[in-house]
Amino acid sequence: MKTFFQNPRVQRSGRTALILLLIIVMTGPEGSGTQPTAGFTGSFGNHMSFFGLFYPQRWVVFLLLTLIVVGLTSLVKMAHRWWIERQRAGNNAVARVAKTLAATKQRARHRSTRLSLYAVALAFALYFPHLVTDQSWQTLVVQDVLVYLLLALGLNVVTGFAGLLDLGYVAFYAIGAYTTAWVTGSLPTPPPFGVHWNTFVAIPVAIVFAMLCGVLLGIPTLRLRGDYLAIVTLGFGEIVYLFINNSYGITGGSTGTNQIPFLSFHLGPIKYLWGLIPEPYYYLTLAFVVIFLLAFSSLEHSRVGRSWVAIREDEVAAESLGIHPLKYKVMAFAIGAASAGFAGVVTASQTLFVTPPTFTISFSINILVLVIFGGMGSIFGVVLGGLVVQGFVAYLTHSPPSIYNAADLYMYLGALLVVMMIYRPAGLFPSRRRRREVSQVEAGTAPDTLQVEIGAHRVQEDV
Amino acid sequence: MLDVSSAVVRYGAIEALHGISFEVRQGEVVTLLGANGAGKSTTLRMLSGLHAPTSGTITFEGQDVTKVKAHMFSSMGISHVPEGRRIFPQMTVQENLEMGAFGRKDNYDDDMEKMFVLFPILKERRKQLGGNLSGGEQQMLAISRAMMSHPRLLLLDEPSMGLAPMIIDQIFHIIGEIRDAGTTVLVVEQNAAQALRLADRGYVMENGAIAFSDDAAKLLHDPRVRAVYLGESVD
Repeated sequence: MKTFFQNPRVQRSGRTALILLLIIVMTGPEGSGTQPTAGFTGSFGNHMSFFGLFYPQRWVVFLLLTLIVVGLTSLVKMAHRWWIERQRAGNNAVARVAKTLAATKQRARHRSTRLSLYAVALAFALYFPHLVTDQSWQTLVVQDVLVYLLLALGLNVVTGFAGLLDLGYVAFYAIGAYTTAWVTGSLPTPPPFGVHWNTFVAIPVAIVFAMLCGVLLGIPTLRLRGDYLAIVTLGFGEIVYLFINNSYGITGGSTGTNQIPFLSFHLGPIKYLWGLIPEPYYYLTLAFVVIFLLAFSSLEHSRVGRSWVAIREDEVAAESLGIHPLKYKVMAFAIGAASAGFAGVVTASQTLFVTPPTFTISFSINILVLVIFGGMGSIFGVVLGGLVVQGFVAYLTHSPPSIYNAADLYMYLGALLVVMMIYRPAGLFPSRRRRREVSQVEAGTAPDTLQVEIGAHRVQEDV
Repeated sequence: MLDVSSAVVRYGAIEALHGISFEVRQGEVVTLLGANGAGKSTTLRMLSGLHAPTSGTITFEGQDVTKVKAHMFSSMGISHVPEGRRIFPQMTVQENLEMGAFGRKDNYDDDMEKMFVLFPILKERRKQLGGNLSGGEQQMLAISRAMMSHPRLLLLDEPSMGLAPMIIDQIFHIIGEIRDAGTTVLVVEQNAAQALRLADRGYVMENGAIAFSDDAAKLLHDPRVRAVYLGESVD
């Protein structure tokens, strides 16, 4: 007999409420030496605007938020159940709609339908700057959405496709940005051959350099598995951060540099300068997002993609079938690093400055949130997750509601991730395979993985 | 075909194999018997490149393969069915078989059909996930996956582990068919009776060394084997 508390829905709601409670306290006022409990009491007692509608005490706001989250999710569940019941009962109208939906789904699998959908999305993306003409918005879209998409797509190759948890991904982004600064001669270190190169030259250099670092880091560390790899990559991220923060003579130290020139090219009669106006940057970054999308989705279904899946599922078996695990893992690392390196060039050349505080661990986590939120291993999911989350972040940055304090951003992202794990552990739009992996682990019905584990232990003990 | 001579394998300070020597000739089924901890699995790990011997040599078709890495073996013509089957649980049966042909550049559709003839159940389950198959079906899948690379030598690690007697019969029958089709087989087993009935020759391992070897038919009636592995008391 199950008690009330064992009901999974009650448990989920309870956990959601707990997280929101934690957020009330964390985002509330601070305590002080004379009034140590002020942070706690103020978190509940103070008044705060509820989306500008009314102005209740803080605890009321968060209670309402909890009710909204729980209410929405149960509403969706209830609607789904109602739908299925009607269908079973043979309701004609419902059956007809269900049929149409199924047909649409079927059609969506078709290549031509998909391609036209992509074309529409692309057309919209191309038209976007004419739709949103506010330049501060456009800048945010480039810096907070498109660059993050590039990074998320790259991390998705490492974490989603190859299954390697990389917590130091920001390091490659930093390497890309600092390489740009170096090549264009904006660092204390003299640029290569003493020439202040055009920023375009920085693109291949940064990509190659980031890739090289990925390979150099990967070869010794990718023999490690799971948590150990995560720790090593975390350490790598910190090393890079500390290096750029402390080597004043090489990287400019904690002040970094603000001398990076705009992107420009000058080929005979053709001249173009990407100036302060964000629109050209928007198109440039968009072009690269599209290129990465195409490249990575063809990679997913290639020989390389299949060997990543095999390694992710069972490394020993993959090896016995002739797949060199280290080679393919390093490849995933290098590809991820290359996209981060490129994103670094874009950021550096658009913001014109690089400083160490950008490249901290929380940035890596932010990118990881996008990948997990969207659905690991699913390019479509990652793009959509990135658009939703970063679009929202851009909105918060552009016109912050009074309820929002910019310092709390990562807390909200963390809460989002936890709530996501409660309600949809495989992400918004998981790839089919990933969804199966997660649901089987959850239900504890992954017989073979269990057996494989036992098998592995036996091999080790059989000495 | 396969020649192992005085191979020593160490795990750190512990010597797991004390210089074992044996051979597998073209077209045979050879079985390696032994209790838990006798060194059977270590031997197979060594043969598939997962653990290199500290001394001694392994030659395959006249080539020295002692230092060859694990992922190179399948392209050299040695296929390994690992202990515990290790199929890819989230891939369909067909995808598993395709992974088996990873190293091949030519068309392998015929070979997949051949596997489906050998194991008709796999054809039925073609679109199902490997992880949802029964233990016996998984073993069949693991064997056919290994056969997809066209090996000349097939290494089987405990194919009977955890399976029902009827399924074991079926699997051993098919191992015989694989031999008849021209693939040499080395099978490591605890189920001595089954293995010896199928095999041409057998080696018995004890404490990391080969204790004795003989023709399978003779081993089947050897009192030492009968006492230890077939559960009969020595009169």
